[in-house]
Amino acid sequence: MTMTAERDAVAAAKPTSITMAAALNRALADALSQDETVLVFGEDVGTLGGVFRVTDGLAATFGQSRVFDTPLAESAIVGTAIGMAMNGLRPAVEMQFDAFAYPAFEQITSHLAKLHNRTRGRVSLPIVIRIPYGGGIGGVEHHCDSSEAYYTHTPGLRVVTPGTPSDAYALLRQAIECPDPVIFLEPKRRYWSKETAVLDHRSSTVDRAVVRRSGTDVTLIAYGGTVATAMEAAEAARQDGRSVEVIDLRSLSPFDDETVVASLRRTGRAVVVHEASQFGGYGAEVAARLSEQCFHYLEAPILRVAGFDIPYPPPKLEQHHLPSVDRILDAFDRLQWEDTSTLERRST
Amino acid sequence: MTFLAPVGNDAGAGGGGESDRFLPSEIPMALLDPAGRVLPSSELAMPPADVLLELYRQMVLGRRFDSQATALTKQGRLAVYPSARGQEACEIGAVLALRPQDWLFPTYRDSMAIVARGVDPVEALTLLRGDWHCGYDPYVHNVAPQCTPLATNTVHAVGLAHAARIKGEDTVALVMLGDGGTSEGDTHEALNFAAVWKAPVVFLIQNNGYAISVPLSKQTAAPSLAHKGIGYGVRSVKIDGNDPAAVYATVDAAIRSAAAGDGPVLIEAITYRIEAHTNADDASRYRDPAEVQAWLARDPVSRLRAHLTERGLLDDDAVAAIESAAEDRAGELRRRMNVDSELDPADLFRYVYAAQTPALARQARELAEEIDRAEEQR
Repeated sequence: MTMTAERDAVAAAKPTSITMAAALNRALADALSQDETVLVFGEDVGTLGGVFRVTDGLAATFGQSRVFDTPLAESAIVGTAIGMAMNGLRPAVEMQFDAFAYPAFEQITSHLAKLHNRTRGRVSLPIVIRIPYGGGIGGVEHHCDSSEAYYTHTPGLRVVTPGTPSDAYALLRQAIECPDPVIFLEPKRRYWSKETAVLDHRSSTVDRAVVRRSGTDVTLIAYGGTVATAMEAAEAARQDGRSVEVIDLRSLSPFDDETVVASLRRTGRAVVVHEASQFGGYGAEVAARLSEQCFHYLEAPILRVAGFDIPYPPPKLEQHHLPSVDRILDAFDRLQWEDTSTLERRST
Repeated sequence: MTFLAPVGNDAGAGGGGESDRFLPSEIPMALLDPAGRVLPSSELAMPPADVLLELYRQMVLGRRFDSQATALTKQGRLAVYPSARGQEACEIGAVLALRPQDWLFPTYRDSMAIVARGVDPVEALTLLRGDWHCGYDPYVHNVAPQCTPLATNTVHAVGLAHAARIKGEDTVALVMLGDGGTSEGDTHEALNFAAVWKAPVVFLIQNNGYAISVPLSKQTAAPSLAHKGIGYGVRSVKIDGNDPAAVYATVDAAIRSAAAGDGPVLIEAITYRIEAHTNADDASRYRDPAEVQAWLARDPVSRLRAHLTERGLLDDDAVAAIESAAEDRAGELRRRMNVDSELDPADLFRYVYAAQTPALARQARELAEEIDRAEEQR
């Protein structure tokens, strides 16, 4: 172990209060210092440190050849990252906002996701595309999209989203180490949420969901920006006498069937919550695959609490769009608790 | 070489002097006229005799490969084949100028170039045969996988070349595109990134006059495709793309210059697609046969043969020997392509991720069971 690594290990072992943005910054810094093939680039990520300051100080520490600003062109950011990865580097690039990633869509879906398959594994693309996503920050149009379903629908991509600062650190480190391309969705309204935690590279596993809170009556499935909302809702429900189990998916693709199915088979009821529009959304896949695997354990249909099927609303109206604690509690109420026939059937 | 004087990009916007802002020659630069006679050129250096002979040999092999591939589509052995007949000077001239460590980023029309680079012809035709993968290992001959989206490979080439610079490796990426591809956004982003990064990339535009059916006049209002590079601060030249000596000399100079750290180069090579877009296309719907005849008179293969014969570097026996070798290779390709390829459906699930996910393992199992049931019922 080198001096620096030792110092980092000691520092990392001590719980500290850290925001998600700082945890992500730390993950990038640690990856850059431990693997010289790691690169960070994108729009304003160098001198400025990113519009959310996630890359703050990295260019100064690691130099302009490893952390640098690019011209303003997202397709080329992803496309050149592909060429760099073909030549042995591990780029972790930033799309400045969710909707600004769309110009890169062809590169992501037709090449990033498929080159490994197209070359029968000869070409690996260990690329991370960091995308700040979702609303709740008073952003204007094109700055608040929840675009996860576009990516989860594409085979060959991994899609990951952290709900807490310590997960943000661990998942980003693992995403950078991962041989597959990873779409790393950062819930921007949680950038400044704090957690007192030990930042540990191995504290969580990139493709496994986690039970954030144990419960017996309902499984509440959340990810990214809605994890904190789900935890609040679970606490509020406790006061109503309902025991809610909260699952933070972390990996949207691949989906951790094992953890979620085990929970739902225990509780018999589930609600999935996300900011993205409901129609054709990620929650539909969650509800469908859980119904297929847990049908005989279900006491009620799996419900979705999602954004409306509208373009993301302006800042003054976004509170009506985002899934709230109340809306989640309302969903709990609609889980057919009064249906005694199932109870009778179970008791016989 | 004067035509590749470096562009100064530290003095504010754009290039330094007046000469940096325009093409070195508005007339396509050439070394040989259509009859194979030497043209005076102050810009290009005539390649040595051994290079010219190898250009000729490879063009003959390439043309025969191309016509064999077209024939294989008619026999149902290839799903589709986009011919590059008439473009041999670009296909071969560019590839022969590459050094072993350099990379080729081809389009779907560049099978001839891929084979000239050393890729096994059957592997090169894998995708067009209708398989799900590109056939060859890109790292064996430094040839990026073929695929059908256009111009998306330009940014890959820039990334690979820039990575080489970061790693301190002497590698140049040559990316091929056509006149149609210059309208795609990725081409512009790639030119811009390459110029800003001074990435060692050579953009070779084979301007063959048509993007399937759409003629150049409907593709661009620019004075030339080479002018598109000028706006990005990329040194750009226009050459006669049916002159193999000029293509080789220009690509060779561009690679040396890019490797020396002088930044990217764009080459517009004026050429012509003699065949239809693919075997599935009907070119008579959009172009006059007289136009094709006029371009046949500018044929790159007979042009170089005339030149070499005139110089006494090639005689009838040598021509016959090369043609016989081309025939042998075509026969070999025919024989190998007439064997049905074995496709394993399980492979479709094998390379989606580095390690197969549980969900994909399950789906692969389900498909295998379905196939087994179907076979039992037969």
